[in-house]
Amino acid sequence: MKFTTLMAGAALALGLAGAAVADGHEKTKVGFVYVGPVGDGGWTYEHDQGRLAVEAEFGDAVETVFVENVAEGPDSERVMTQMALDGADLIFTTSFGYMDPTNNVAAKFPDVKFEHATGYKRLHPNVSTYSARFYEGRAIQGHIAGKMTKSNIIGYIASFPIPEVIRGINSAYIHAKKVNPDVEFKIIWAYTWFDPSKEADAAKVLIEQGADVVLQHTDSTAPQAAAQEAGNVITFGQASDMGQYAPLPRVSSIIDDWAPYYIARTRAVMEGTWEQKDTWDGIGAGMVGIGEISDAVPADIKAEALEMKAALADGSYHAFTGPLNKQDGSPFLAEGETADDGTLAGMNFFVEGIEGDIPN
Amino acid sequence: MDLSAINPVLLVAAMIAAATPILLAAIGELVVERAGVLNLGVEGMMITGAVCGFIITVNTGSPTVGFIAAAIGGAVLSLLFAFLTQVALANQVASGLALTLFGLGLSALMGQSYVGIKPPRMEATPLGPLADIPVIGPIVFGHDMVVYLGLAIVAATWATLKFTRAGLVLRAVGENHDAAHALGYKVKRIRTLAILFGGACAGLGGAYISLVRVPQWTEGMTAGVGWIALALVVFASWKPWRVLLGAYLFGGITQLQLNLQGAGVAIPVEYLAMSPYIVTIIVLVILSADKSRAPGSLGRTFHASG
Repeated sequence: MKFTTLMAGAALALGLAGAAVADGHEKTKVGFVYVGPVGDGGWTYEHDQGRLAVEAEFGDAVETVFVENVAEGPDSERVMTQMALDGADLIFTTSFGYMDPTNNVAAKFPDVKFEHATGYKRLHPNVSTYSARFYEGRAIQGHIAGKMTKSNIIGYIASFPIPEVIRGINSAYIHAKKVNPDVEFKIIWAYTWFDPSKEADAAKVLIEQGADVVLQHTDSTAPQAAAQEAGNVITFGQASDMGQYAPLPRVSSIIDDWAPYYIARTRAVMEGTWEQKDTWDGIGAGMVGIGEISDAVPADIKAEALEMKAALADGSYHAFTGPLNKQDGSPFLAEGETADDGTLAGMNFFVEGIEGDIPN
Repeated sequence: MDLSAINPVLLVAAMIAAATPILLAAIGELVVERAGVLNLGVEGMMITGAVCGFIITVNTGSPTVGFIAAAIGGAVLSLLFAFLTQVALANQVASGLALTLFGLGLSALMGQSYVGIKPPRMEATPLGPLADIPVIGPIVFGHDMVVYLGLAIVAATWATLKFTRAGLVLRAVGENHDAAHALGYKVKRIRTLAILFGGACAGLGGAYISLVRVPQWTEGMTAGVGWIALALVVFASWKPWRVLLGAYLFGGITQLQLNLQGAGVAIPVEYLAMSPYIVTIIVLVILSADKSRAPGSLGRTFHASG
């Protein structure tokens, strides 16, 4: 009797498992690997909004899964492998440090499509990369910051010394310097994407050392809170609007809008038309949004900023336009020349005028 | 390079703010470990304290009530750990890790509608004319209550462990729970009380991050401080004053390196970024060259029949 019950139970379990597998093949399963918590209010939050948009678009035809707070490096490889084993058809890995793990796992699962954000390695035909031209938004921030600073000291909370971050610093500096030749950048490398305490501390240090504008390339809203506490400091939302800190300290923001891309790529997998590609879209394509410029910014500066946004969007202006020199004084771009995507993607130098070295 | 941009008074104040959460969590864990229990759930109890303190402070407008709620929140969560390890006799390492994961998830759930809210400010302790003394005033007397509470807890823990009967019993339970049991001490009751104390301290430390240091609520905002506190207890050889030294050293160098980066000092940033960890470990390891060792029963499950 006991044996029969056991066999019946096993048969039932097998049947259920079979049903689940069959079900899994009907639905397209999309996985997301996040570097921070979905509630960070910045980078990861916006990726999760993209995931929700995929669910809203396809409804029951898709199933999405995500794992948050995944450390960059070997641990992420484990998470991706597990996702692939669990039947994911498409996996978005949303941080620069997942670059090698993504390619390693992609080699083991040739039938699963991988999409790596902000990287440049596509070692296997099932790996695509995508990123947004955040530096276009940084140009606008630099312009507003250069015009609005009274102490002429702009603080910058950088995360890791990777091209994406360096590009942002250069772009902001170039445009701040253009409107305010006396401007000086103080840069603190936090060596983290998400650590509210550390981000707040870095913001406080920059403010104590005279900065009245704080730019951040880390994911939490902690620097906004620190600036609000200090008063008379302006900030910009990073990755997400961070509108809860408007109109001051947050005067504008760079918003990442991943939803259209995620929907398009999921559709491509469903229709079997997915192909490897490298996407790098900016303000024009809508991947980079500029958050509402608050009333704390004088009307003329706001108008200039919006003018620059329009020029960046239609391509009539490039954020890296010569003449520009590198930090060591060697020429980078000649008069009127613009930087090509290859140079931008691998940018590992500061432009002339920025003090300090880039950590290796 | 412009070192004059660094204001020593503000630096010390920032150092204390950075050290206090680690100090509170570590001194609580020290008592737990001296009682022979290894609770790896410090991070989970801290984040729970952070969210409880934040919610209550926002709703009542009183940071003091918030800190009390944070201590209670941390203690209640630690009660779960006490139940698992002291009643159900579960493995302490696994239970502690589970507590951290549970705390992170629970706090994210509780804090969902509190993102982007600014909590009422914690005022400096009214110490009257003392705070007006130049230089020393703001460094020594210009802080909020919780900073002094942290120092008081360290002193009280040291005195209790060293001079009182209760401290001796706690240490006996931690060194050899079978012997303590044979002498008639209630091993489980003492350990449960120690776990509750550890939870309350971790909760206070977490709330210090969400109410004073940042101040805001963000999911996962403790970002590993609990693990640093755990490591600190070991490197401090389970001695209260060394925990204090380690926490201030770690907090101080963290702040100093940010200041040096801002001032553009010509030391490579990589070295500055790793300096808090390296220096704290080196100093405490040198100090622990004496015959300090872990409590004898640390991490072992106690069962009266065994």
